[in-house]
Amino acid sequence: MENLVEAKALTKHFGTFEAVRGIDVEVRRGEAFGFLGPNGAGKSSTMRMISCVSGRSGGELKVLGMDPDREGPKIRARLGVVPQLDNLDTELTVRQNLQIYGRYFGMSRQQCREKAAELLEFAQLTDRADHEVEPLSGGMKRRLTIARSLVNDPELLLLDEPTTGLDPQARHLLWDRLFRLKQDGVTLIITTHYMDEAEQLCDRLVVMDGGRIAAEGSPSDLINRYSTKEVLELRFQPGAEKPDLERFAERVEVLPDRLLLYTQDGEHTLAKVHEHGVQPIQSLVRRSSLEDVFLRLTGRTLVD
Amino acid sequence: MQTLRASWFGFEKHWLWYRRNWRATAVSSFLSPLLFLLALGLGFGSQVQSTALIGGVPYLQYLAPALVVITAVQGATFESTYAIMSSFIWQKTYIGMVATPITPAQVLYGQVLWIGSQLFARSLVFVAIAAALGAATGPGILWAVVFATLAGLAFSCPLIAYSATLDKPDSFNTIFRFVLMPMTLFTGAFFPVSQLPDWLLPVVWLTPAWHGIELARGTAFGTLGFLAALGHTVYLAAMAAVGVVLAARFFHRRLAV
Repeated sequence: MENLVEAKALTKHFGTFEAVRGIDVEVRRGEAFGFLGPNGAGKSSTMRMISCVSGRSGGELKVLGMDPDREGPKIRARLGVVPQLDNLDTELTVRQNLQIYGRYFGMSRQQCREKAAELLEFAQLTDRADHEVEPLSGGMKRRLTIARSLVNDPELLLLDEPTTGLDPQARHLLWDRLFRLKQDGVTLIITTHYMDEAEQLCDRLVVMDGGRIAAEGSPSDLINRYSTKEVLELRFQPGAEKPDLERFAERVEVLPDRLLLYTQDGEHTLAKVHEHGVQPIQSLVRRSSLEDVFLRLTGRTLVD
Repeated sequence: MQTLRASWFGFEKHWLWYRRNWRATAVSSFLSPLLFLLALGLGFGSQVQSTALIGGVPYLQYLAPALVVITAVQGATFESTYAIMSSFIWQKTYIGMVATPITPAQVLYGQVLWIGSQLFARSLVFVAIAAALGAATGPGILWAVVFATLAGLAFSCPLIAYSATLDKPDSFNTIFRFVLMPMTLFTGAFFPVSQLPDWLLPVVWLTPAWHGIELARGTAFGTLGFLAALGHTVYLAAMAAVGVVLAARFFHRRLAV
C-alpha cells in the first residue's frame, strides 16, 4: 500500500527544547491516522512538519513522496490543513473566506465560486453564506475551517485538535462530516487528546508522550495489548486509605480519587471485592478505553 | 512569475474586503485631505505672508504637495502596525495563508503591494482635491502621488519588519508619539527646515518624510535638480528595500515554525 507520509527518526527542537524526539510514522493512503497524547506531547509540532510549514530539525520526512524542505509549496498544494486555532478572515463573509482560500491555491474565480457553493452545503452554512464570520458560533467557525481546508480537494487532510472547545452536539456533527470524507477516500491525520475521538475516528494511531511514540496500533489492538477487557472503578471517601486489592485483578491503578481494577469480568471482581468486606462509596464496571492504554503506558491520565 | 502570482492573491484578499467596505474608508480618505487643506491651507494660510523662502507662492500652494506626502506617511504607519500584528496574532490570517502554496515571503509581498496601492490611490484623491481648491501650481503636483507612495513605503516596510517581531502592541503608541508626530511637524511640510536649529538637521535628513517632501515640492515647483531628485529617490527606495528584506526574514521566522 502506498504511504502518504513517511517519517524516520524525525525530530524538532526549539532552541534547547526538544518537542519531537525521533519518531517513526507511516500513514497509508485512505486511512484515518491519529496522534493521541496530552498537551505538550509533540503532536502539533509533528503536524506542522507534516503540513510543510515548519522545517524538521533532524531525521527524514516524506509527504506525498516528496521532501518538504525542497518542495513545500508543491506538497501544500495537495494538502488540507485544519489548524488548532481558527484563523478565518473574520472581516470577510463566510463565502468569501472559501473563495479567497481557493484563490490561494491558484484556482480560477469561476472554480472558486462553484467550490464555495458546494462546501457551504457540506458545512451546512448555506444560509449564513453572506454573513460575516465574526458572529458565528464556535461550531460553525470550526465547520467553516474544515470546509475551507477542502477547497483544493486535498488528498491528505490534517486536523489538529479538531473538536477542542466544542459542545457535544457540535462535536458529533463534525465527526459525521469527517466520516463522510473518509468514505470519499480522503486520508485523514488527526491529533487529539480526547480518547473517544481517537476511538471513533482513527483506524490506526500512535500514542505520543514527551515527544516520543509510546505505542502504535488500531484502537482495539492497543486496548487488547495494553489493557484488559473490562475495568472496575471504585471510588472511596476523599482522604480515606484505599485498600490493597491487587489479588483481585490483573493490575490495579491508584488514582487520587479512585482505584481502577483491570480484569476480564468486572461484575465478578466487584462481587469478590464486596465479599472481602470492602465498601466503596461508588462502583462502576466499564469497557477498557484508550485512556487506560495511556495510563498503562505513561502512568498518567490523558486529560489534564 | 510564480512569486508575483502568489503575492497577487494576498492583494486580492484585501481587495475583496475593500469592495465591501470602501464606503467607510472613502469618507476618511476624502474628508481628511479636504479638512486639512481648508484649515491649514486656506484658513491658517490666509494669515501667512508669502516669502522667498517658501518660493513666493501662496501658503496653500506651498503646503499642498508636502501634505500629500505627510498624509501618505501617516497612512503607511497605521497600515504597518496594528494591521500586521492582527494578521499574526489576533486574526491569524497569515497563518492560514502559509498552509497553502503561498510562502511567508509572498504573504509579505502581497501585503506591501496592497499598502502601496492604497497609498497611491489615496494620494491621487488628495491631489485631485488640492487641484479643485486651487492648491496646485501646475501639473507637476501629480508627481506628488508617486513620491508620497514611495515615501510611505520607505517608512512602511521597515515598520512592517518591526511589527512582525512583536508579541504585544505596546510600543506602537511610542512610535506614533515620538516618531510619527515629530516627523509630521518638523520635516518641512509646514515651514522650511532651514528654520530649524542646525544640529537637528541631520536627524531630519534621515526621515523618509523629508525626502518625500523635497521630491514632491521640488517637482511641483520645478525647482529640483536631477541629481538631487535621484539622491532622494535612491534613499527612499533603499529604505523600502532594506525593510522588505528584513521583513521577509522575520515573516519566515514567525510563520515557518
